[in-house]
Amino acid sequence: MNGALVGIAGAVILALGLGVLARRGRQMGFEQWTVAGRSFGAPLVFLLMAGEIYTTFTFLGGSGFAYGRGGPTYYILCYATLAYVMSYFLLPPIWRYGRDYGLYSQSDFFIRKYDSPALGILVSLVGIVALIPYLVLQFKGLGIIVEIAGYGAIAPTPAVWIGGAAATAYVMVSGVRGSAWTAVAKDVMILVVVVFLGIYFPLHYYGSLGAMFAAIEAAKPGFTVLPAHGESVWWFSSTVVLTALGFYMWPHSFASIYTARDSRVIRKNAVFLPLYQLILLFVFFAGFAAILQVPGLNGADVDLALFKLSVKTFDPWIVGVIGAAGVLTALVPGSMILMAAATLSANNLYRAADRSADDARVLRIARLLVPLVALVAVYFTLAGGQTIVALLLMGYSLVTQLFPPLLLSLTRNNWVTREGAAAGIVAGVATVAAVSLTHTTIGTLFPALPAQIKELNVGIVALAVNIVVLIVVSAGTKLVVRNGGSAPPANASSFWPES
Amino acid sequence: MRSVRALAAFPFLAMLVGPFFLNRVTPYVFGMPFLLAWLVAWILLTAAIMAVIFRLDPANRDGSE
Repeated sequence: MNGALVGIAGAVILALGLGVLARRGRQMGFEQWTVAGRSFGAPLVFLLMAGEIYTTFTFLGGSGFAYGRGGPTYYILCYATLAYVMSYFLLPPIWRYGRDYGLYSQSDFFIRKYDSPALGILVSLVGIVALIPYLVLQFKGLGIIVEIAGYGAIAPTPAVWIGGAAATAYVMVSGVRGSAWTAVAKDVMILVVVVFLGIYFPLHYYGSLGAMFAAIEAAKPGFTVLPAHGESVWWFSSTVVLTALGFYMWPHSFASIYTARDSRVIRKNAVFLPLYQLILLFVFFAGFAAILQVPGLNGADVDLALFKLSVKTFDPWIVGVIGAAGVLTALVPGSMILMAAATLSANNLYRAADRSADDARVLRIARLLVPLVALVAVYFTLAGGQTIVALLLMGYSLVTQLFPPLLLSLTRNNWVTREGAAAGIVAGVATVAAVSLTHTTIGTLFPALPAQIKELNVGIVALAVNIVVLIVVSAGTKLVVRNGGSAPPANASSFWPES
Repeated sequence: MRSVRALAAFPFLAMLVGPFFLNRVTPYVFGMPFLLAWLVAWILLTAAIMAVIFRLDPANRDGSE
């Protein structure tokens, strides 16, 4: 066993230990397990919300994207920052509503607001379909990190099994508390490692940050800004808008809102979370440093840039520390995704079928579903090909479709009907699927449009379809009701249990 | 002072509209290409703006939930 493997094994044991200990002194009811009894103060909510986004995708993908594509990477800095600004206004009403009605999941919110369990099932299905590729991506990243940082001593397949088993174990025992406490360890490590790499690589290989960017500019002019065509400024702005809107629509991000003790906690975090984005800057520096040092990585291999350069530069024990941080960036978000998928399935699919089920029973089911969800993700990880990143981007576009009915449900006089909300989501999701599977761009859809419009992110089209259908169907169902149709009144009592 | 919330529009303008005019490599700022430096500066300014909003917004007074 080499020095690097010791570090990586240590990370897994640390995560498992912290995750299991997090439960201490708590009776694990469903509310404790899913939303920690709505008791978290600003630091833990901060770590949960920050923990969700610093995933292997940012660690490997962020540096890889900087390495392979250059300037367009900066969109990652911007969309989360803008999402945090929106969170100040958007999240407190969601939190308050969740507390008042005792909600556990994103689907619960839609069920209550639109008084429609069927809409809850639809939202759950969209969420689960979007979450699985996200989880697969974490496991895939885990396999890559262990393989490279372990110098090939452990193949990706056993690494994925071990990582999946560790996350499953502590989620089953401690629920969201396990994720929050492992997030503490992860964020400390990632902060130290990333800042170190982002400063060390440019200084070591180029002498200074400015010299590094000048060298890249000399070798590849314009690489560090947005290109004139393709991933242009138009692509950049539209992508930032779309991903910022989708940011809190992920079921696990949405559920972390409910863990807050009060709404001030959420507003306070909107001040500090943008600063946390700066960690990404150092990830980019590491990726840029690799361009001229480990050239020639193409396609999916760009994700290896950070680790290839680390292996080239450092002793095995340092690579082990970097690998350990990397493993935690896979395990922590992975555990939160696991929880969200299991909670959605138990609380919003199982409970919809067995309405007499009490919270204790739903908790039992949710716990049993955790290993099942993990197995599905491991299966796709080991079977999957190159399409994972495409699936993730599709997942992002999918959850963004939940934004219009969510936003409008927060307004005082919401004119959207449940039929309108459901039809809009279905239309938007169908558009995303059609566009993703046929590799459509706005250019192929509307060849006559000016070049700038063609470079807009194609997700804009799906969102537009969604909104149009939402408006038309809402107006239509209202008309039916007014003409004596049989649709129930908007305030019909729900058969969903209170509490 | 609820109107202080309007300050939140500035990060959107800077990050969504700014790149149309500032998509350039030079001048380098602290060694970074100009576009990157602009976006980084706005991350810092966003945090500052949110801090001002947090302090002045009546919603965050003690005793409010």
